[in-house]
Amino acid sequence: MRRRETTPSELVERQLADIEARDGEVHAYLRLTPKLARAQAAAADERYARGEPLGPLDGIPIAIKDVLCVDGVEVTAGSKILAGFHPPYDATAIARLRAAGSVFLGMTNCDEFAMGSSTENSGYFPTRNPWGLDRVPGGSSGGSAAAVAAGLAVLGLGTDTGGSIRQPAALCGVVGMKPTYCRVSRYGLIAFASSLDQIGPFARSVTDAAQVMQVMSGRDPRDATSAEQPVDMLSSLEAGVEGLRIGVAREYSEVEGIEDGVRARVDAALLELESAGAELVDVALPHTDYGLAAYYIVAPAEASSNLARFDGIKYGASDATAGTLAETYLRTRRHGFGPEVRRRIMLGTYALSSGYYDAYYLKAQKVRTLVARDFADAFRDCDAIVSATSPTVAFELGAKTGDPLAMYLCDVLTLGGNLAGLPGLSLPCGDSQGLPVGLQVLAPQWREDVALRVARAYEMASGFTAQVAPA
Amino acid sequence: MTLSREQVRHVAFLARLGLAEGEEDFYAQQLSGILAHIDRLQQLDTEDIPPTAQVVEVINPLRDDVPEPGLSQAEALAGAPAQQDGYFLVKAIQEAEP
Repeated sequence: MRRRETTPSELVERQLADIEARDGEVHAYLRLTPKLARAQAAAADERYARGEPLGPLDGIPIAIKDVLCVDGVEVTAGSKILAGFHPPYDATAIARLRAAGSVFLGMTNCDEFAMGSSTENSGYFPTRNPWGLDRVPGGSSGGSAAAVAAGLAVLGLGTDTGGSIRQPAALCGVVGMKPTYCRVSRYGLIAFASSLDQIGPFARSVTDAAQVMQVMSGRDPRDATSAEQPVDMLSSLEAGVEGLRIGVAREYSEVEGIEDGVRARVDAALLELESAGAELVDVALPHTDYGLAAYYIVAPAEASSNLARFDGIKYGASDATAGTLAETYLRTRRHGFGPEVRRRIMLGTYALSSGYYDAYYLKAQKVRTLVARDFADAFRDCDAIVSATSPTVAFELGAKTGDPLAMYLCDVLTLGGNLAGLPGLSLPCGDSQGLPVGLQVLAPQWREDVALRVARAYEMASGFTAQVAPA
Repeated sequence: MTLSREQVRHVAFLARLGLAEGEEDFYAQQLSGILAHIDRLQQLDTEDIPPTAQVVEVINPLRDDVPEPGLSQAEALAGAPAQQDGYFLVKAIQEAEP
């Protein structure tokens, strides 16, 4: 665009045509915003024509997960209970991207209220993996991951509460980053589990992901938890891994259910990092198994509280056909929420209820301390921890929908990063059975720069960059 | 730990989730399976471990107590399924006396 070889409007028209041609089989988008996208692109055209673009994201099309408020656009969290909801303001992450000149293509499909690992829990329809249409894209941010993988957006936004950016990035063969907890303001994000949620980017290169991180990160007076920490995602991106210590945890490399093909690709990636100058060191994460159990108390408990607001009174769907207010609540929430959301609300309510609080919620919070200490100990001996992102490649649609626990186990390598509040990303490291394998890089809190630097070094050394899946 | 049908009914009521016919058994079975996995937490001795509610060292930040513009009444009500005279409209909280 700077070289005047194309314009934002040409790019957005090309993207809308590609979506028209291909999204009928991928189903990445819940709804498109072509009018908004064309207006944003036209404004960017003028800036480029004047030779004054706003920055690297000016005029670049982005797909937005359906949990982030965009002023005046229908946003539903993938749920029937929010059908028709048009937020009257932008989430801060959205406002910052808007101010940077991003072009908003539309809202992408996700598991309902971001609860799931396959996007099959969407209240609308499942999304398919562009690398194999009989496979899931991962989840919960599966729509954004699939859109970027299929070339139906240059960039995507997701949210990650237990792996919901990194796991679909792995399964779709793109880059996906979860920032340090509190790095990106959560104002205007429809909350799932507030002590774990973070907003982050999908992209087809590490550098692109870093650019989005740079724009979205930083203190926001509207989110009291957002951090004052300085934001520098870019200056050490090309610094390489010479002299860095990369931690390898046996609890991750030998995790139950890990596929041989995944392990082989990750082992090869570790050797490439070693060849590029990194030192590989063994670290221990002994509470990995317990972390999963703790997560599935903490996250549902927070969700049960956060989702109490969907009551058929303030916004969204309502069933007020029967007599009393209590009936309105019961009916609205019976018909508005899908099975996984209901399961987690009940699990969380149970864990917080009188007589079970100590045994479940308090216990889980204590185990969370142990998981965070595991990482703190590990990071005394290394600068980053590298592993597989997902134990498996993309599985077939329907393979795990009947067994919630099997679905939960998809997150075993990612949710530790959420419990400990760490930044992490997933990037492509080859394929197994013709499907992408993701490499996860975790770093200490506030050290997104280290995770990005390791990922960029691997991208350079291996020659792998994310590819658009052929139609 | 297994969850009985009565416990599912109680928890669903606490969460104001209406249940359809047959769902009590369905959720009792599924939630019991999940809790069986979660019960491994009890193997750990956490007697002296403090609980973690959140993981960054940010404590009670407050902004300056200065009024700022917010949503207008019309904007706040725009998504309401039912409204009247500038208020959210709800059904009666109490049953009529018989």
